[in-house]
Amino acid sequence: MRITRTLTAALLMLGLAAGPAAADSSPSASPSEDGGAPTEAGTSFRTATEIEQGRTATADGSAGDYLYWSFPADTGQRPTVHATVKLPGTHAAETWQIDVYDGLRRRQACQYGAQTRTAAADAGSVELACVLRTVRAWSEPWANDPLPGTYYVRLTVVNLPTADLGLPVGAEVRVASKDIGGAAAVDGSLGEPLVPGIATTKSGDEEDTSAATLFGLEPEDGWSSGWWSDRWVWTAVGAVLAALAGIGGYALTRGSGRPSRVPPAP
Amino acid sequence: MITRKRLAAGVCALLAALTAGLALPAGATAGEPTGEDSPQVDLVLDVSGSMRTKDIDGGTRMAAAKQAFNEVLDATPEDVRLGIRTLGADYPGDDRKTGCKDTAQLYPVGPLDRVEAKTAVATLVPTGWTPIGPALLKAADDFADGDGSKRIVLISDGEDTCAPLDPCEVAREIAAKGIGLTIDTLGLVPNTRMRQQLSCIAEATGGTYTSVEHADELTDRVNQLVDRAADPVVTPVATEGADTCAKAPALKSGLYTDREEFGQQRWYRVDVEPGQELRASVSVAADRSVNPSYGVLLRAVTVHGREIVRGEAAGTGRTDVVSAGLRHPKAESDEEDAPAETVCLQVTHSFSAASGVKTTPGLPLELTVDVVDGPDQADDVAAFGLGRGWWLLGVLVVAGFLAGLIWGWLSRWRVAVWRTN
Repeated sequence: MRITRTLTAALLMLGLAAGPAAADSSPSASPSEDGGAPTEAGTSFRTATEIEQGRTATADGSAGDYLYWSFPADTGQRPTVHATVKLPGTHAAETWQIDVYDGLRRRQACQYGAQTRTAAADAGSVELACVLRTVRAWSEPWANDPLPGTYYVRLTVVNLPTADLGLPVGAEVRVASKDIGGAAAVDGSLGEPLVPGIATTKSGDEEDTSAATLFGLEPEDGWSSGWWSDRWVWTAVGAVLAALAGIGGYALTRGSGRPSRVPPAP
Repeated sequence: MITRKRLAAGVCALLAALTAGLALPAGATAGEPTGEDSPQVDLVLDVSGSMRTKDIDGGTRMAAAKQAFNEVLDATPEDVRLGIRTLGADYPGDDRKTGCKDTAQLYPVGPLDRVEAKTAVATLVPTGWTPIGPALLKAADDFADGDGSKRIVLISDGEDTCAPLDPCEVAREIAAKGIGLTIDTLGLVPNTRMRQQLSCIAEATGGTYTSVEHADELTDRVNQLVDRAADPVVTPVATEGADTCAKAPALKSGLYTDREEFGQQRWYRVDVEPGQELRASVSVAADRSVNPSYGVLLRAVTVHGREIVRGEAAGTGRTDVVSAGLRHPKAESDEEDAPAETVCLQVTHSFSAASGVKTTPGLPLELTVDVVDGPDQADDVAAFGLGRGWWLLGVLVVAGFLAGLIWGWLSRWRVAVWRTN
């Protein structure tokens, strides 16, 4: 009987442990409120327009422009950049591309998604996507892993007949993240997130007269400290289960009464 | 999840309070730039004879330009200093030499008097040549000194008629003066050669080129460019890297620009205290036509020439910049007053100029240096040595069960031994 109870308890704990795993798979997309979304794009890293995740930013430009946006991404997120380019009525076939760079302006690889796509002649629009790797809390300085901080998106046309140069185009960019959670957790953290200009904005408080910064946004909940992950739950649950299993194993050896080998007390 | 949210909310509130405290003093000064740092825009309008052509929405090009200027003058933000320069407005004759000097300041760059500016625009009559190069040279001198952004918006309907002075090279030289000037170009009903020339001018300064076929497009675009000038941006500091580390300039955290010729090396020095982290990124811009394969290499080297870390990037095809970055965390030191380490940063790029393109001045280079406190910390690949997943649970359960079993047998054996004795 005791064993049955122990087993039931163990099963219950297993159910609890499944909780964090199930919660991880839900995407962390926030409801989109496009009220204050930017309607402009920058033309260089320095002038990139800051956008928040989950917002759709729009911009008008000319074919041939290099359009830049920047967004914050935090530990455990796997950002996806979607871009739609609205093309003018008549044009030749042209190839559009999005590139994503991190806060150190290092190019970041797309795991999958149509990063480059050719629009057929006179096509109305072209859609691009780039799924980045999961942002890690820490990596070795020699590695190129995505780290928490600023990310830049550059949208441009990569081949363009001269006749189409300068024609008006519209662009729409949206960044959404999937929360990968503890599966990507590592031990370690950066001293500061990888935000360009963070040293000057933090140290120059007293004499800082210009409001302009290279990047001023933060993730919705602020930069995470990096110590929390669902691994705490998994490990704690594992410890409890191990203790229960130990009690179960111990109980098995006791049997229900006096061991048969032991002679009755005189 | 709930625990995580609460924790996050707590941390967030704390951070918000902190950042609000930090951001407020900076925010108070925003939006009221001093006279010196006001953004400056010079609109350069082509008033050559061809502006009489009636092909924009049924009206003349000049009419479209005037209408656009009127609307732009109305919509110009208060803090923008706006000026207007014309080219080809005064000399109707055939003498090329005189025609190519024909550029005049219609309205000086300064606080805007809308009525006065509009009246000046209304007097314009399409007249002469198209001296784009000379007009750009003069326009660059129209600006007052200051840290604010400076932008020339060139509106033209024909290519430059004043060869051999190539307006594209003029633009590049203006950009190389290091006054942080951007030239945006708009072509009215352009043909192929004009598109190439105007986009070349824009490319040389990091500006944009737009083709205009309708009057409202012109208004929207010029408005957009003026607004863009009004956006506050960080102004980079000009510096000049040396060809060896020993002679290199010492940099602190900030944003810098420099020029780097083809095949040249640029060295800079940064001091990093123990417990600090150096972050550097470099962008080299292709401001002229270059061959389609290129790269950039940024190396952090000790004063003795040992490479610490490098950032490299390569690419192919059309691009505006190629950039690379690196970070170098310097571990805490046990000694007190441990000296700062001098890190040499070496920048090289592998752009090559397309044939027939001038190689001087060098390509524009943008360098960000951040020396932040607290290097990164890492002890273990796993998060605090914690585990995760069903395998972990399985192993713990089996180990716990076996431990319980053994403990049980051991204690029974001990009891049995004790009893028999």
